[in-house]
Amino acid sequence: MMGLTPTGREQRLRAAIEQHFQPQSLVIEDESARHAGHAGVRESGAAGGETHYAMLVVSEAFAGLGRVQRSRLVHEALDSEFRSGLHALSLTLRTPQEAAGIR
Amino acid sequence: MSDAVFDRIRSEINANPVMLYMKGDAMFPQCGFSARVVQILSHMKVPFQTANVLEDAGLRDGIKAFSNWPTIPQLYVKGELVGGCDIVTEMYQSGELESLLAEHGVVPASASASASA
Repeated sequence: MMGLTPTGREQRLRAAIEQHFQPQSLVIEDESARHAGHAGVRESGAAGGETHYAMLVVSEAFAGLGRVQRSRLVHEALDSEFRSGLHALSLTLRTPQEAAGIR
Repeated sequence: MSDAVFDRIRSEINANPVMLYMKGDAMFPQCGFSARVVQILSHMKVPFQTANVLEDAGLRDGIKAFSNWPTIPQLYVKGELVGGCDIVTEMYQSGELESLLAEHGVVPASASASASA
């Protein structure tokens, strides 16, 4: 894909998460720079970054679901990103109730 | 996706109570996320088997399709996907990982009579 702005992926991630999960809180960090040059990044052809992200999502949508199920929902929502060079996504997924319990 | 890869995965996760699909091996992980899971399992003194997806492109794609999980590492306990690095880390910190392993009869190597250094 040509013509993406440096923050293109982040904007798409944010839009997809907001659309699917109506999060009470959403924090996205681009950690690509910390992984630049390692094997997976080079072979994905995405040497310019936008490969590694960490995300905190607080949403009611996770209520009653286990960890694997919550992650699967997010993976599904971001399927096209994984297919276009998103290499690693670190997820912290909480319900508002759980988030309130975090100091 | 070839059935042969799925067959291989099925037989590995059934034969090995704790099976880790990772980049590199336990001695030389090739990715920070894989390294962290190895570190946790090693710290818990849990016997585990690894498969290196970097040595086998079929396995690398196969394990993602098998579990419908887009990233590596992937940890399996008694044939069930536990999760990747985030989930394993969270469960380790909360004590859930230890409970899960104990539930499945996976004991630290030090607790086994035949353990050796």
